[in-house]
Amino acid sequence: MIDLKTTYMGLELKHPIVASASPQSKSLDGVKRLADAGASAITLFSLFEEQIRNEQETLEFLIGRSTYSSSESLNYFPAADTYSVGPGDYLELIYQASRAVDVPIIGSLNGVTELGWIEYAQSMVEAGAKALELNIFFLPVDFLLSSEQVEEQYIHIVEAVSTAVNVPVAVKLSPFFSSTGNMARKLVRAGAKGLVLFNRFYQPDFDIDNRVVESTLELSQPSEIRLPLLWISVLYGHLNASMAATTGVETSKEALKYVMAGADVVMTTSSLLRHGEAHLGTIIRGFEEWMEANRFESVAQMKGSMSYQNCAEPEAMVRANYLKMLLSFSGQPKAVKR
Amino acid sequence: MTTITKEPAHKAKATRSMEVTIDGNEACVNVAYRLNEVCSIFPITPATSMAELADQWASEGKKNLWGNVPDVIEMQSEIGAAGTLHGAVLSGSLATSFTSSQGLLLMVPNMFKIAGELTPCVIHVASRALSTHGLSIFGDHQDVMAVRQTGFGMLSASSVQEAHDFALITQAASLESRIPFVHFFDGFRTSHEITKIAVLTDEHLREMVDEDLVLAHRRRGMSPDHPDVRGTVQNPDVYFQSREACSIFFARCPSIVQRTMDRFASLTGRQYRLFEYFGHPEAERILVLMGSGAEAARETVDALAAQGERVGVVQVHLYRPFDVQAFINTVPKTARSVAVLDRTKEPGATGEPLYLDIVAAFAESQSSIPFPRIIGGRYGLAGKEFHPGMIKAVLDELKSEDPKNHFTIGIHDDVCHSSLEFDNDYSVEPDSVHRAIFYGLGADGTVGANKNSIKIIGEDSGLYAQAYFVYDSKKSGSQTTSHLRFGPDPIRSTYLVRSAKFIGCHVFGFVDRMDVLASAADGATLLLNAPFGSESVWARLPRAMQEKIITRRIQLYVIDATKVARETGLGARTNTVLQTCFFAISGVLPREQAVAKIKESIQHTYGKKGAEVVRKNFEAVDTTLAQLHRVEIPAKATSTRTLLRVVSEQAPDFVQNVTAKIIAGVGDELPVSAFAPDGPYPSGTAKWEKRNVADNVPIWDPEICIQCGNCSYVCPHGCIRTRLFEEADLAGAPADFKSNPIDAKGFPETRYTLQIYMEDCTGCTLCVDACPVKNKEKAGLRAINMVRKEGIEVTNREQLAFFETLPVNDRAYVDFGTVRGTQFLEPLFEFSGACAGCGETPYLKLASQLFGDRMMIANASGCSSVFGGCLPTTPWSMNHEGRGPAWANSLFEDNAEFGLGMRVSADRHMALAHSLLLAMKRDLGEDFVEDLVYAPQRLESEIRIQRGRVSQLKDRLHVMLEATGHNPAFQAGARSLLSVADSLIRRSVWIVGGDGWAYDIGSGGVDHVLASGRDVNLLVLDNEVYANTGGQASKATPLGAVAKFANSGKKSAKKDLALQAISYGNVFVARVAMGANAQQTLTAFREAEAYSGPSLIIAYSHCIAHGIDMEKGLEQQQLAVHSGYWPLIRFNPQVRASGENPFILDSARPTHKLKDYSENELRFRMLRHTNPNEAEAIYQAAQESLEHHWALYERMAK
Repeated sequence: MIDLKTTYMGLELKHPIVASASPQSKSLDGVKRLADAGASAITLFSLFEEQIRNEQETLEFLIGRSTYSSSESLNYFPAADTYSVGPGDYLELIYQASRAVDVPIIGSLNGVTELGWIEYAQSMVEAGAKALELNIFFLPVDFLLSSEQVEEQYIHIVEAVSTAVNVPVAVKLSPFFSSTGNMARKLVRAGAKGLVLFNRFYQPDFDIDNRVVESTLELSQPSEIRLPLLWISVLYGHLNASMAATTGVETSKEALKYVMAGADVVMTTSSLLRHGEAHLGTIIRGFEEWMEANRFESVAQMKGSMSYQNCAEPEAMVRANYLKMLLSFSGQPKAVKR
Repeated sequence: MTTITKEPAHKAKATRSMEVTIDGNEACVNVAYRLNEVCSIFPITPATSMAELADQWASEGKKNLWGNVPDVIEMQSEIGAAGTLHGAVLSGSLATSFTSSQGLLLMVPNMFKIAGELTPCVIHVASRALSTHGLSIFGDHQDVMAVRQTGFGMLSASSVQEAHDFALITQAASLESRIPFVHFFDGFRTSHEITKIAVLTDEHLREMVDEDLVLAHRRRGMSPDHPDVRGTVQNPDVYFQSREACSIFFARCPSIVQRTMDRFASLTGRQYRLFEYFGHPEAERILVLMGSGAEAARETVDALAAQGERVGVVQVHLYRPFDVQAFINTVPKTARSVAVLDRTKEPGATGEPLYLDIVAAFAESQSSIPFPRIIGGRYGLAGKEFHPGMIKAVLDELKSEDPKNHFTIGIHDDVCHSSLEFDNDYSVEPDSVHRAIFYGLGADGTVGANKNSIKIIGEDSGLYAQAYFVYDSKKSGSQTTSHLRFGPDPIRSTYLVRSAKFIGCHVFGFVDRMDVLASAADGATLLLNAPFGSESVWARLPRAMQEKIITRRIQLYVIDATKVARETGLGARTNTVLQTCFFAISGVLPREQAVAKIKESIQHTYGKKGAEVVRKNFEAVDTTLAQLHRVEIPAKATSTRTLLRVVSEQAPDFVQNVTAKIIAGVGDELPVSAFAPDGPYPSGTAKWEKRNVADNVPIWDPEICIQCGNCSYVCPHGCIRTRLFEEADLAGAPADFKSNPIDAKGFPETRYTLQIYMEDCTGCTLCVDACPVKNKEKAGLRAINMVRKEGIEVTNREQLAFFETLPVNDRAYVDFGTVRGTQFLEPLFEFSGACAGCGETPYLKLASQLFGDRMMIANASGCSSVFGGCLPTTPWSMNHEGRGPAWANSLFEDNAEFGLGMRVSADRHMALAHSLLLAMKRDLGEDFVEDLVYAPQRLESEIRIQRGRVSQLKDRLHVMLEATGHNPAFQAGARSLLSVADSLIRRSVWIVGGDGWAYDIGSGGVDHVLASGRDVNLLVLDNEVYANTGGQASKATPLGAVAKFANSGKKSAKKDLALQAISYGNVFVARVAMGANAQQTLTAFREAEAYSGPSLIIAYSHCIAHGIDMEKGLEQQQLAVHSGYWPLIRFNPQVRASGENPFILDSARPTHKLKDYSENELRFRMLRHTNPNEAEAIYQAAQESLEHHWALYERMAK
C-alpha cells in the first residue's frame, strides 16, 4: 500500500493534490464537488480587498450621487436593510464549506491596506479557515521604490498577518524577485509557514484592432511548470516551511515532477477548469499508479528526490540545464539522460 | 391683556424617547401603515414617499397592528389604485391609498362610490396644485377642493405632528361614522418638512381603533356566505330617496370626529378641535384658513395679539362634513370682520369654497353675534410663500372701512388689481430661533447632510428643529437650498428662512451668480467653500458681497471643502466636510459631542454600504477642522467684480424681462401682467441660460476627425453642432476657429466644422465614447476629448459667435439617410435640464432635426415633460426660419389621445384647405391648386417645394383680399383658406412619453390610438422605470430588476409592447437603441414618420435610475443589444405589399450573456447585494426568458 500522505504547513493531508484558488470554489456546491473529486485540501478563490472597497464605493456612488437632487426624485432606489458588499459572503462560504467537507479549507486573501490584510485574515480564521494563503501582488509602477522597499512591503504584510492569526500562513510568491531564494527565506523568517510557487499574475494584452488594453487570463499550460520546478528544486531543504507547487499541472506527470522537486503539495486550477472537477481524481489515480509502477512506497520517499541538493551534480544541474535547452533548441541531439 | 393660545399639551407631556425627527409623509404613513391591511398605490409627487415607505416596510416584513404584513400593491394609475381600494374596502378590508393632485382627481369616480356605499377608509393626500395653464408639483388645495363634493369627510392637518395624529383620528372616526375620509396636508410644505414629533405607540392606536368597529366593517364586507347585490341600476322612483338615506350618517359625523379627538387627547395630551381658535380673546379681526398656512397665521397672530392687537385666527380642521355650529362657536363673539383665505382658485365662482362655506355658516347660524363683514382671498397657490408680512397685510385690510373682497395676497396683480400690498421684510420670529440657509448642488450631498444635522439637533440638543429643502428645476447641476431652524419653542414658521444667522455657500461659483447674502441677518456667519485661502478669498468676492459683509458685520469662514473631500476619497461629496464646519462654527452642540454625533450619523447613513465609505467620511470629519479658517474682514470693499449677467444682452425682451428674473430667483416679483393668461411660453429659451455646470468639456481635434457626426448625434444636450460652409465664409473667423476640408467627394472648397457649446455642456462624455477615431500617437485620445474648461471659455465664446454667423445648411441638400447627414440639420431641442448623459434626449433631438419644422408634440408627464417644459427655460426651439416643434403637455394618462386630437385637427385643417382650394381653382389656377392638394410630401425636397407653394398661396390670397371687387363669399373663403394654409404642409404628429405612460397609466389610450389607423408617431422613451418620481417599477421594468415597489426584484417579465402593437398588423413598430445601432435608429425614425398610419418606436433609454455610470450609457446600449436583451426590430406594414416579411430583426444573434449587460447595472446587481440567494435564480430565469424571446423573434423574422 503506497503512503500518499503529506503534510502542508502542519496540516495532515491524505495526498498532495490540492485544489487551488479558482472560480470553482466560489460556491458551496463547487467546494463540495472539489472535495468529492478527491482534493486533499481546497484553497478558496481569493478575496480581494480592493474589489470589496471598490464595490462599496461604487454602491455609494450610484445610490448617493443622485440623492436629494430633485424635488420629485429624492432618490432612485429602494432602501435596503443590508447590502451584501463586504466580505460576508466569502466568510459565510468558509463557514459553510468547512462544515460541509472533511478536507481543510484554506482562505486566500489579496489585501490592499494593512488593516484589510489583518481584519480579513482574522475573519477568515474565525469563519473556519484552517490556513491562509496570502495572494500578495502589487505592481511597483512607482519608480522611486527600490527593490528593497518592495520586498519590505511583502515582509511587512506576512509579519502582520502571521502575528494576527493562529493558523499557518502561506505566501503565494512572485517569481520576479531579484533573489528568489533570499526573499523566500525572509518571508519564512517573517512568519510564513508555506510558500506557493508561483503566482500567475493578471497581465494585460492589447487588442490591436480596437487599440484597447484587454484584461484576460490564459489558463496555464504544462510547459509553464519549469520555472516553479526549478525553484522548488533549488529551495528544497533550505526552508523551514512547506512548499506548494502551482502552475501547469495538467496531468499526474506534472504533479509527480513537482513532488520530486520537493513540493509538499501540488495545486491545480487550469486543468480543472478545462476538464471539470472530476479531473482531480484522474490526476490522483495517475499519481498513485505511477508510484506503484515505479515502486515508490510513499510520497515522503519521493519528495525532493530530484531536488537541487539531491541531484548527482547540483551545480551542473542549474547551469547545464540551460545549456541543454539551448542545444535542444538549436537542433543538436539531446543529452543522454543520467 | 391675555392671549389665548391653546398650546397642545403634548409639548409638555411627550416623552423624549417617543420623539423622532421625520417629514410629514413619513409621519402620516407611519400610522396609516399600521392601521391598514391593503395599500393600493401609484406614485405621484409629493405623495410618493408615503407609498414608497409602505412598500419598503412591507418588503421588510413589518407588521401592522393586527400582526399582518399589509398588502402593498402598485397599480397602473390612480384610477386603478382607487378601484382596488374600493374593492378591498367593500370586501371588508381596512385599506388606504396615498395620492395627490391629478391622482386624486382620477380617484373621483370611485370616491363617489365608496362614500355612497358608506364604506370606511382614509385616503391620505399631500395636497398639490392642479394642472391648468401649467403644471406644478407644489402644494395648495386645488386638488382636495375638487373632491369636496364626493361625500368623503375631509380633515386638514397643518403640521407634521398633525399629519401623524390625524392619520389615526380619521381612521378611527371613519370606522365609527362609516364616512370615508380624505386626510390632507400641504404638499412639500408639510409633506416634506422635517421636524420633531411625538410618535404614537401601537397602544395608542389600539386604544383609538375600536376592534368591534373593525369587525363590523368586516362583517359588512361582500361575501358569498351572506350575499347581496351592490351597485344596482336605479330608476327615478327610488334613486333620490336612496341617495338621501345616507344623510343621517353625515349629520352624525362631526360629533364623532370631535369625540375621537377628545379620546385622542385623553391618551396623548394633544387636544384637537374641528375648528381651533388662536389669538386675542376679544378679537375683532379674524382670519379663517386651513393647512400649513394656519401655522404661520397663528405665529403672526400671537405676535400681534401680544402687542395688543385684537386679532385672531380660526384654523379649520374638519372641512367636510362642515359643522356650522361648531364653527360659529369657535369664533369670538367680538368678531367684526373676517377674512377667509383659500389656497385654491375657482374661476367664475362667487368665491372660493372655504369662503362660501364661511359665508353660508354665518348666514345659517342662529348665533346672536352680529353678522361680521366677510371677505375672501386667495393665497399660496402652488407653494407660493405665505409669510407673516402677508398675513399682517390681510389683517390690516380688515381694518379698512371697505376691505377688498376676492383679493389675492403674495403676488402683484396689476391686471385685475386683486392683490394686497404687503411688507416683505416683516418678521415675527423670535431671536431665540437659530436660522440657517445652505446653498449647494444636488450632487454634493448638502441636503443629505442637512437632513442628518437636523436629526442630530432635534434628537440630541433638546431643541425644536425644522428643515425644508428647495430644489431647482434641473436634473443636471441642480442647485439646492436648505432652510433650517432650531430653537427652544415649537416652530410654526411654515415659510422659508428670511433672515438667516448662518449661511453656508457650498459652491464657490454661486457668489458670482447670485446674492448669497440676500437673506443674511446682521451679524450672520457665512461659511464659504472656496478654492482660496483665508488670505486670498476676499479679493475674489464681488464688490456688492464685500460691502454687504462689511455693513452687516458678517463673519466669514472659508474652507476648501472640495479639496478635503477629494483628498479623503469622497470625490465631489463635500457634505461631511461642510457639515462638520457648520457644527464647529455654530456651536449648537459642544464640538466633541457634535463630532461624535456626525460620526454616528455617518455610520447610520453609510454603514450598510460598507466600512470603506464610513472610513473615508470619518477621515473627512477628522481632517476638516484644521482646514477651516476665519477670514479677517477689511474695513473697505476693494473688489471690482460684479455679478455675472443672468442672460445675454442679445436675449429677446421676454427672456430679459421675465425669464431672467425666474433664473435669478426673483420670479416672485413678477406681476400678473408678465404672463400670458392662457399659458404659452416662447420656444427656444434654454439657449439663453448659460448654466456652466461642467468643469470638463469636449474639444475637437479636426486633424484626425473623420466627420462621421457620431459625437453630435449622441449628445444629449445638443451641445455639439456641425456645419458645412464655403471657404470664403471663413473671412473674419477668429484665429483659432477650427475647420477642415469636408471629407466627401463633390464638395470642392467646402469646409467642415464642429462647434462645442461649452457653457451648455454637462460634461457627460458620451461624445467621446461615440467617437470611432483613435489618435495614432496616443491611443487614449480620440477626435473629441475632454479637457478642463477653465481657461478656454473666452476662446470658445469667440469661436461660437463666429460659428453662429455661418450660413445654416439647406435641408434640401442634406442626406437624411445617414447619421452624418442628419447632423447638418439644426437641432430644435437643445440645452435641456435633463441629467448629464441622459439616454432619452438624443432621440428627441434627432426627431427635431428630421421633422422639427413641421412637428407637433404631445408629451406625457414624466421626465420628458420636465426637461422639456420646466421653467425657467425650455429646450424646444425654432430654426433660423422661426419654425419648430409646437409642444404641449396635457396629462400623464391621456397623452396618446391628446396627440390623436392634434392629428385629427391637422387633418381637418388640411381637408378644409383642400376643399377651399378646389373651390377657388378658377381664381388660383388649376395646376397650382392641384399641386398644392396632390403633390407628394414624403421627401424633404418635396416638402420644401410645397412650402414654396404655400408661401406663394398666402401672398396671392393677401393680394386678392386687398383687391376690391371680390364678392363676400369669396373673401370669406380666402380668409378661411389663409387661416389653414400652413396646414397644407404635412404635419408630423409625435406622441412622446416614457414607459410609465405607455405601459401603465396611458396603456389603454396607446392601444386605442394605435388601433385608430391615423398618422401618428408614438415615441416611447423606455427607461423601464418611473424615473421622474424616483425609480418606481413600471410594467416595462425587466424581470429581476430592483426598483421601488419591486424591492425584491421584479418578479414578472417586461411587457412586450412591440409585439402587442405588431398584432394589429397595420402599425409600424420599431425597437431601437441609438448607442447600439445609430443607423437603425435613424432608419426607424424616418420610416415611422413616412408611414401614413400609426407608428410606434420604443427607444432604449439608459437612465440614472438604472444605477449605471452614465458615461457608460452607450456601452450599456450595445451590451443590451448584443446580449439579446434589447433586440432591434422593425415591423413595417408597407413591406408586406411587396410580398416580403414585414418583421425585420435588425440585431445579430446574441454574442453575450445577459449577465454581461446586467451586471453593470445596480438595478440588477442590487439583488445580489440584498438577496444573493435569490439573485442567481432570478438571473437564470431572465436568461431563459430572453432566449425564448429571441427564438420567437427569429421565427417571426424568417
